[in-house]
Amino acid sequence: MLFDPVDIPAAAGPLLTVTNLAKKFGSFQALEDVSFDVRPGEVLGLVGPNGSGKTTCINVITGLYRPNAGSIQYQGQPIGGLAPHKLAHLGINRSFQIPKPFKSLTVRENLEVALKYGSKSSSPGDLAPLMDFLELDKHAGRLASELTSAQQKMLDLGRALATRPRLLCVDELGAGLNPAELEQVSDRLRKLARAGLALLVVEHLMDFVDRVTDRLIVLSAGRDIFSGSLSQATQNKQVVEVFLGAPDEH
Amino acid sequence: MPRSFRNTLLVLVPLVIIAALAPSFYANQLLLFNVIVFLALAQGVNIIYGFTGYLPFGYVGFFGAGAYGFALAVMHLHAGPIAAMAVGAATSIVFGLVLTPLLRLSGPYFAIANLAAALAISEIVSNPALESITKGPYGVSLSGIFAPTFSYSVAVAVLAFATGCVLYLRYSRFGLALQAVRDDPISAAMAGINVVWARTVAWLLSALIAGLIGANFAWYVSVFYPDNVFSPDFSIFAIVFALFGGVATVLGPILGVVLLYGLYNVIGISTPQYFQLIYGLLIMVLVLFLPNGLASLLRRWGIHVV
Repeated sequence: MLFDPVDIPAAAGPLLTVTNLAKKFGSFQALEDVSFDVRPGEVLGLVGPNGSGKTTCINVITGLYRPNAGSIQYQGQPIGGLAPHKLAHLGINRSFQIPKPFKSLTVRENLEVALKYGSKSSSPGDLAPLMDFLELDKHAGRLASELTSAQQKMLDLGRALATRPRLLCVDELGAGLNPAELEQVSDRLRKLARAGLALLVVEHLMDFVDRVTDRLIVLSAGRDIFSGSLSQATQNKQVVEVFLGAPDEH
Repeated sequence: MPRSFRNTLLVLVPLVIIAALAPSFYANQLLLFNVIVFLALAQGVNIIYGFTGYLPFGYVGFFGAGAYGFALAVMHLHAGPIAAMAVGAATSIVFGLVLTPLLRLSGPYFAIANLAAALAISEIVSNPALESITKGPYGVSLSGIFAPTFSYSVAVAVLAFATGCVLYLRYSRFGLALQAVRDDPISAAMAGINVVWARTVAWLLSALIAGLIGANFAWYVSVFYPDNVFSPDFSIFAIVFALFGGVATVLGPILGVVLLYGLYNVIGISTPQYFQLIYGLLIMVLVLFLPNGLASLLRRWGIHVV
């Protein structure tokens, strides 16, 4: 089966290691000195206020932007600046905050094209279990543009999963979903982690973060200011200030 | 029977038979030849616009490059017509390669830049200072190789090639990849598609088709001026025909050419004084009520359009 649980050795090293990453847009420092790592089977949450650099971080890791400084190592190899399709072939993929399916293609075609081009190890036989996993099987013949936004999000995730990723970045998958959908999505992400995928989850919904992630990185103004569990984060003065503002500002 | 094979039998075989036999039933071979030229050009536009989303307003540049590549090979290298057609096709591919940076532009910027490129190559060819090479604005005469029947049959082969290319794209994973790139290049890259490579292949294939039929045109007419083979009418007609029928299908552009070019000739012969008025109105009505072409209408009725 596609996402069967696997045993991950406790001593497994990190799949992705980001060290002192920096990204500038003109004079704006979007990321500065950001460092973290993710192990196989781990769900790492990337949280922070709007504009703190979460999506930029994913964009740099998945090759949409070139980093200005720092290093990104994947399976021990430097990957900073590689083109997105090459990263997809290496096993790095993502979903988008605003889902970006191929709107004039059917659901089935959307996934078929990613199965064909995304990974050498995937086969057409992966299509049915993938649609089943995302509950898109009933919509296989419909155009992507006809789907609801929640379904488009699942299709976007499906396009990423079809490439057989080992590192999956998920950008605000929970936004706009109702509680039942949220629970379903968090179950799916946990299942992917149990199947050995490393997940990097950008999210605003703290309930969702709590349910899904093993560990958190908090970004503020492009810098990582905290690493640890959500309960530790809520006790951390700096993190609380970043989210709620410093007491003396009120 | 695999879908691709069945559709080849269904579309390509009848098309080739009709095109090949038409001169035996209808005496105006020049008109039939022009139909083939537009069928090939409309399919070329279909590849670059229908499958990748680039609107080539300067598509005639490839047609003219093919025609002049052919003429130069005949005049200066004394090449036979088939070898000269290869030179014409190569010329348009080289022109296409030179223009690949334009693919970085999107939407109307690409369309305008492509139009400018076509005007530029037309001006270069018709420069009187190049008279010893291209014959400048005075036009070329290749009467030594004039062979209407032979060149007509080669045009049928070019048409078969162009239609075959679109059939391949319509039913192959590569065609699906091109449509994915057209819909969302970033998602397409994240699906593992090499976006730059895919676009370039489509662009050069489209250039090759226009170059082949342009060289074929030069051979068929044998005497022409730069204005004949760089006329913006070729781009505009090919785009309108392809859009009218419906792009990203095989039958759409064929329907577009047969119906609109047919109508064009009927109006042109019966009521030439109202020609532009009627034709213009018709195109406006189509754009307003059927923006995705006839194919979209058929699809709405549940008919699968090859």
